[in-house]
Amino acid sequence: MLENLFASDAVAEAFEIVKTEFPLGLWETFYVTVLATAFAIILGLPLGVMLVAGEKNGVMPLPKSLMHFLNVVINLLRSVPFLILMIMAFPLARAIVGTAVGTTASIVPLVIASFPFVARLVESSLREVNPNIIEAAQSMGASPLQIIVKVMIPESVPSLISNATIAITTILSYSAMSGIIGGGGLGKIAINYGYYRYKYLVMLLAVILLIALVQIFQSVGTRLATKADKRLKR
Amino acid sequence: MIEIKNLSKAFQTADGTVEALKNVSLTINDGDIYGIIGMSGAGKSTLVRCINMLERPTQGSVLIDGCDIGSLNGAQLREKRRNITMIFQGFNLLMQRTCLKNVCFPLELAGVGKHEAKARAYELLETVGLPDKANAYPAQLSGGQQQRIAIARALATNPKVLLCDEATSALDPNTTHSILGLIKDINEKLGITVIIITHQMSVVEEICGKVAILDGGSVVEEGAVSEVFSAPKSDAAKRLVFPESCEADEIITHTKGEKVIRVVFNGAKAASTPLISKMAMEKNITANIMAASTKSIGDKAYGNMLLGISGEEQMKQAVEYLRSVPDIIVEEVED
Repeated sequence: MLENLFASDAVAEAFEIVKTEFPLGLWETFYVTVLATAFAIILGLPLGVMLVAGEKNGVMPLPKSLMHFLNVVINLLRSVPFLILMIMAFPLARAIVGTAVGTTASIVPLVIASFPFVARLVESSLREVNPNIIEAAQSMGASPLQIIVKVMIPESVPSLISNATIAITTILSYSAMSGIIGGGGLGKIAINYGYYRYKYLVMLLAVILLIALVQIFQSVGTRLATKADKRLKR
Repeated sequence: MIEIKNLSKAFQTADGTVEALKNVSLTINDGDIYGIIGMSGAGKSTLVRCINMLERPTQGSVLIDGCDIGSLNGAQLREKRRNITMIFQGFNLLMQRTCLKNVCFPLELAGVGKHEAKARAYELLETVGLPDKANAYPAQLSGGQQQRIAIARALATNPKVLLCDEATSALDPNTTHSILGLIKDINEKLGITVIIITHQMSVVEEICGKVAILDGGSVVEEGAVSEVFSAPKSDAAKRLVFPESCEADEIITHTKGEKVIRVVFNGAKAASTPLISKMAMEKNITANIMAASTKSIGDKAYGNMLLGISGEEQMKQAVEYLRSVPDIIVEEVED
C-alpha cells in the first residue's frame, strides 16, 4: 500500500484534488465548526449557568424537579453516539434548515450533540469561582442576576476560554464525521476519497489539515486564556 | 445602633444539628469599635453574617436603627446591605478587575453612573493610600494592599457600619497594625460603626472600645475592653486574656520557705514604672517573680503576677508597699 501511496501518478492526482477540492472543504469545515460552536455556546452557556446558580445553595435556587430534568436531558444527549444522533436529528434538521443533507444541515446535529457538552464545561468553569467572592458580592447588595453577570461569568473568563477551545476542537472532529451523512468539509473529502475510492493520500492530506486546524485553534485558545487571566502576575 | 436580640442559629449537618449561636444578645452603639472575640468555632463568623443576613438566624432578630432586617424582602435587604458593608480575611477582591474597577463594583451594583463611580473610587483609593494602584490587578498587590482596596470598596457606598471578619488574620503584625490604624481613622473621620471579629487579643486591645467574648455560641462576657481584659470572669475570657495563666497551685510546690503573694494589676498606672525593681531598691525587698501574665493597655497595666518573698517581715512590708499603689490588689496565697 505504501509504495502505491506515493506513486507518481497517485501524487499528481492527489495534488489535483487538493487544488480543486481542499479550499472549499477547508472553508466548509471552518464554517460548520464556528457556527456550530457559536450555537452550542448560545444554548450551553445559559444552561451551564443554570446548573450552578440553580442549585440548592446557589445564588438563584431553581425548583429541584427542574434541576433534575435538566441533568437528565444533558446526560441523555451526551450518551447518544454522535453518528446515531446525526441520523436521529434528520427530522429536526429538515424542520429548521429545510433539508437533512448538506453542509448547513449538518450544523443541526452538531449543535444538538455539543450544547450539553458545552453546558457541562461552563458548569465546571463557574464552579471554580471562589465562593467567598460571591459572598462578598452578596454582602454588597448584589442581586442574583448581578452576581451571575458581574461576578461568576467575568471571574471565570480565562477558564471559559480554555473550555471553549476544548469545545471547538471537539466540534471540529465531530464535523469531520458528518461527512458520512453528506455534511461538507475536510471530513467528507477524507471519507469520499479515502474510504470510498481508496485514494489514501488524499485522506492523509485531509487528516493532516484537520490536525493543523486543531493545533491552530488550541494554541490561539490557550494564548487568549492566558492573556485574559489577571490572576497571573506579570 | 445595632441591637442583636436573642439570636440563635442552628445548622443541619449529616451528624445532626449544630448550634452555632445560642441566644446571643448584644447592643452596639453608633460610632463604636466593637470587638467580638473567640476561639475558632465559637460562632464569631456566623454571628457577623447574621448581622447582614448572609446567614438567616434560626431565632431572634437583628435591629439596625430600629429596623428589623430579618423581616426585609430581597430587594430591601440588598438596599440595606449597602449600609452595612464587610471586609474579609481573604480580601475577596474580584481577581479579573483592576483595583479601580473593584472599588467601583458596589457603586455599579447600586446603579451609580460610570463617571461618578470612577471619581468616587479615585477619592477612596486616595483615602486608603493607594492612588497609584488604580490600574493594577489584585494579584499584583501584597496582602495588606489588597485589604486596603477591600476597605476602599467597602466604603464606596457610604456605609454606616463596617463589619470586619478576621480582616487582619492573614496579615503580618506590621501590616495588621497599619490596617487597624486605617480602620480607626475611618471610624473617627467618618463616624462609621465598626464591628471586628477576631481571635487575636492584640487586635481588640489595639482599637476596640468594647468587646464581647464568644464561647461555644454564647456571649460569656461583654463590656468595655479595659474592664473585661483586666478582670476576666469567665473561663473562656481567662483563657483568652491569660493564655498562660498563673495558677498558684501548680507553682507553690516548688517553693518551700517562701511566702507567695498574688499581685493583681487592675488598670494600675504601672505600665511605665519598674514596680518590682523600685520595691527592691527603696525597701530592700527582693521578690522572686514566679509567674507573671500582664499586659499594658494604653498606659495601664492589667494582669497578675505571683511573687515569692522569703521571710514573714519582708512579706508584710512588700504587701504594704504594693498596696500603696492604686488599682493594685495584693493577696496572700495560701499554702
